[in-house]
Amino acid sequence: MKEERQKMKKSAVLIRLLPYLLQHRLLFVLCILLTIGGNLLGLAGPYFSGLAIDAIEPHRKAVDFSGVWRYAGIMAALYLLSAILSYLLTRLMVVISRRVVKQMREDVFSKLTELPVGYFDQNQTGDILSRISYDIDTINTSLSHDMVQIFASIVTVLGALAMMIAISPMLVLVFAFTVPLSVFLTKKITGFTRPLFRRRSAKLGELNGFVEEMISGQKTLRAYSQEENTVKKFDRQNDETVEAYYRADYYGSTTGPSVNFVNNLSLSLVSFLGAVLYLKHAISIGNISSFVLYSRKFSGPINEIANIIGELQSAFSAAERVFRLLDEAPETKDADGAAELNHAEGTVDLQDVHFGYLPGQEIIHDLSLHVPKGALVAIVGPTGAGKTTIVNLLMRFYDIDSGSITLDEKSIYDLTRRSLRLNYSMVLQDTWLFQGSVYDNVAYGSESATKEDVERVCRACSIHDYILSLPEGYDTVLNDDGANISKGQKQLMTIARAMLLPASLLILDEATSNVDTRTELQIQQAMRALMKDKTCFVIAHRLSTIRNADEILVVKDGEVVESGTHDSLMQENTFYKQLYNAQFA
Amino acid sequence: MKRLLVFLRPFIPRMSFGFIIKVFGTLVELAIPWILSYIIDDLIPLGKMQPVLVWGGLMILCSLLAWLGNIIANRMASAVARDFTGKLRHELFRKISFLSERSVDQLTIPSLISRVTSDTYVLHQTVGMMQRLGVRAPIMLVGGIIVTLTLDPVLTLVMVATLPVVAAITFFVSRRGARLFQQVQNASDDMLRVVRENAAGVRVIKALSKSGYERKRFRRVNDELTRRERTAENTMALINPAMSFLLNLGIAAVIVAGAYRVQAGTTQVGKIIAFMNLFTIVLNALMAINRMFTMFSKAAASSSRILEVLDTPVELFETEPHFSFLPEHAPHIAFKDVTFRYDRGSFALRHLNFTLERGETLGIIGATGAGKSTVIRAIMRYYDIKEGAIEIDGVDIRDYATADLRKKFGVVFQNDTLFKDTVRENIRLGRDISEEQLTAAARRAQAYDFIMSQGGFDTPVAIKGANFSGGQKQRMLIARALAGNPEILILDDSSSALDYKTDARLREELRIHYPHTTKIIIAQRISSIMHAEKILVMDQGNAAAFGSHKELMENCPLYREIGESQMGARAVT
Repeated sequence: MKEERQKMKKSAVLIRLLPYLLQHRLLFVLCILLTIGGNLLGLAGPYFSGLAIDAIEPHRKAVDFSGVWRYAGIMAALYLLSAILSYLLTRLMVVISRRVVKQMREDVFSKLTELPVGYFDQNQTGDILSRISYDIDTINTSLSHDMVQIFASIVTVLGALAMMIAISPMLVLVFAFTVPLSVFLTKKITGFTRPLFRRRSAKLGELNGFVEEMISGQKTLRAYSQEENTVKKFDRQNDETVEAYYRADYYGSTTGPSVNFVNNLSLSLVSFLGAVLYLKHAISIGNISSFVLYSRKFSGPINEIANIIGELQSAFSAAERVFRLLDEAPETKDADGAAELNHAEGTVDLQDVHFGYLPGQEIIHDLSLHVPKGALVAIVGPTGAGKTTIVNLLMRFYDIDSGSITLDEKSIYDLTRRSLRLNYSMVLQDTWLFQGSVYDNVAYGSESATKEDVERVCRACSIHDYILSLPEGYDTVLNDDGANISKGQKQLMTIARAMLLPASLLILDEATSNVDTRTELQIQQAMRALMKDKTCFVIAHRLSTIRNADEILVVKDGEVVESGTHDSLMQENTFYKQLYNAQFA
Repeated sequence: MKRLLVFLRPFIPRMSFGFIIKVFGTLVELAIPWILSYIIDDLIPLGKMQPVLVWGGLMILCSLLAWLGNIIANRMASAVARDFTGKLRHELFRKISFLSERSVDQLTIPSLISRVTSDTYVLHQTVGMMQRLGVRAPIMLVGGIIVTLTLDPVLTLVMVATLPVVAAITFFVSRRGARLFQQVQNASDDMLRVVRENAAGVRVIKALSKSGYERKRFRRVNDELTRRERTAENTMALINPAMSFLLNLGIAAVIVAGAYRVQAGTTQVGKIIAFMNLFTIVLNALMAINRMFTMFSKAAASSSRILEVLDTPVELFETEPHFSFLPEHAPHIAFKDVTFRYDRGSFALRHLNFTLERGETLGIIGATGAGKSTVIRAIMRYYDIKEGAIEIDGVDIRDYATADLRKKFGVVFQNDTLFKDTVRENIRLGRDISEEQLTAAARRAQAYDFIMSQGGFDTPVAIKGANFSGGQKQRMLIARALAGNPEILILDDSSSALDYKTDARLREELRIHYPHTTKIIIAQRISSIMHAEKILVMDQGNAAAFGSHKELMENCPLYREIGESQMGARAVT
């Protein structure tokens, strides 16, 4: 995973976060109102308690019990109301934050479905998982809650400021010094910690990637007794991760105490200045006292905001990682006016195709071939010759560097990807099953398939009996990439899946490599039916399985070195003949 | 939760020291408003500047001390959280490394991954926060209550009368919360699983244009996760308002009770006013404590998920060998009436019997799902067999230390893994292997040429070996298996992506260079195993036949059928 270290501006991150909140702006405003309402009720409480205490006031000789009870009753009612308000507020916040998170996860996932295949070849799954879980959670923890806090605090701050100015504009001057000092300190600290928080998120992503890779490959590591070594490697990664967390915390956790310090400093200054003003008879003791009270109300929220800004650091770096993923270039858009090609005839042409996964490392050189409709083309050759790459190009998982590929004489780049791909059905060597019932896995891609259809193809693939032997037959849920099913059985299921698809072209990339030959024979008829009337591309090592191909392409080092039927290739002293005879050596 | 505190024990001295500093910082900070009121109430009215300057200076000094104290304490707290998490994650990962396959099947890989990452992360946050918030609030709470006690014990009792109710609510709600948060984590596993599946199956999904369907599938798990998160958070949302209402009710009761006591002459109005002020402090402290409770509920959920892993017994792992000498004249490998079945599923092996002498080659062939790979899993002790015995050199494999047992093997599994590292490291795989051994293994595995043409042993290998073709990956894996000069070499269908020529050369190399290595080769192609001394034909977990190629061609109709289908008349040689 190569994360570009190029920084995203904080304001840019914020601007992109806002829409998520603004989507719920009505609820958001409601939240702020509730917060303010709750605060006001909280203030009303002391007012009534004051009245209640007045009712006890002894200089009336006797305690006014009815008054005490009345005010105490009102207090209780107010507090109840306040509690209800604050409960509603929390519920509302949960609604907002959950909606925001859900939306973000959905956006990230949608993005993942749009990304080209290459993205998944280059990025560790664990890191992707870390973005959709940890990073989004981190954003959420601070974002929604803190935003409301900040907005609600602003009201209090302004109110307190007004009162302070009313009491003594001179004393407010103290804050003209200390508030900018707080702002300056917060800015300095956050500026300093930002790269640290960025690193912290990145490290956690790396750790996830590592854990994913190691736990998935555990069987192998065990075979070579590498448990201890892996733990050691993990420790290194782990140490870096917790250290990155610590570094961020180390500086990040200074924000709170620092701002607090500035507040205390301003209190001291107020008392100095207050004393001076008192000596000049410019202020009364009572006024100094209430000024201090208000200044507490004033600096409290500022303190809070500073803390929140500190917390937001981690949210920002998490958000940056999420947005970076959202900014990944998706599969290029279908060309303007791209045509839908449904039910293609199945004529495929490649003309002077050049391609490499990385710039400068060409794998396919100048490949040309013509495949007529309904033909069976076998692609053979030594390993690493680029056979699977041809599949990647036909299906447009990767785009060619130069040359042209056409389907029914239309450039595949002028077709919608969707329609192009739906014309193919494909069975790959790397079987893919997901957690779901056997039935769902086989019917994947063919929504209209009935239970009978599914059973029919499974019978044809000689896997019906096996499926029935499973605890719940076709409803058995396959777990964890079908861990306890043999690879051959998985392949048979994916072949059954392909049989349900009404495509006119077929790609079999080592489709039966893990199926034993006897089963392969049993399903031959079904395979023939599957291949009937379809243009087929078959990649296989078992050369016996492709003897009846219309055209055999022998690929070596990214070029077609020989082509012809089995018989014609076997007549001369060809590379194919060597390959073919080698299997009986 | 409590049991994980064991991991905190080593940090108690550091935590106590941090705690003391934090207490000091808090007290100093509390002195500031006290000094302030002293200045305003007593010093300023005197009309002299000097005492104001002195006490004001003291105030600034206190601010400085509080600033320093809090920063130091915070940093120490972060350090403890770091070390705690590092240790916990280490133990957890280590434990997972030694879990049996059976337990891994049960816990599932994606869930294990998220336990190592997100659950430990929750604990990291908790430990940090606990130390930072956990000091000030209790001091305020206890201090506040003590002061009210000195003012008027009876009124104090009235004020705290609701505390038991508050405690009960907090307890029950957060216990329920812990359960709900555990469900959240489990739902999160499901969500992550779908993302994982999509990353793995991107080609199939794109080929079938099922992105829309996958988005729907994701929406389902995402909705479920969101629902669970909401339920959990809504439940926790109850504590705060309930607490603040009940405590405020207490203060209203104080006023009423106070009124009666004033009437009776047992207390003064001033005391009630002081009560009101102290009460605010107590309430704020409790609110802060409550925030920690929410955190604790999450932490408790994550803890139990982590403990579930830590508590899983390591069934197979043993450290001490149970035998002192090797019996002589025992066959190298013997399967004696071996029967096995997976937790879910039918019998995988039934009454399997065979023996292999040192240096012999065993070929295993049979239908898909016949139990071929299970033989490997049993002999390498990934799973313990139910009945019968497997012996190596006459000793039951359960009597070897697992590490010693596995050291005998070089293996390539059916869908084996390459790691994101260099070619060299992928072949070495952490073992002590010399450069000569490395080169030799690569040559014999037919991997040397392509490794050299792609940039040598230091060429990086991408995730899952994505930058190599299927055949190249298999040859690197075979090189890995050969590099340790194993006693027993196992190739589980691991030449399926090799063309015949390469496969033939590989077999030749094995024959020449590894004469004393016992080889077990699972294959689909008869040509890969026909030269083996012994061939085991498997059918639904049974040994359908056992013998040489020639014998089997004569006696085993099943084998003959496979042979003839693959090689025509040439099979009979």
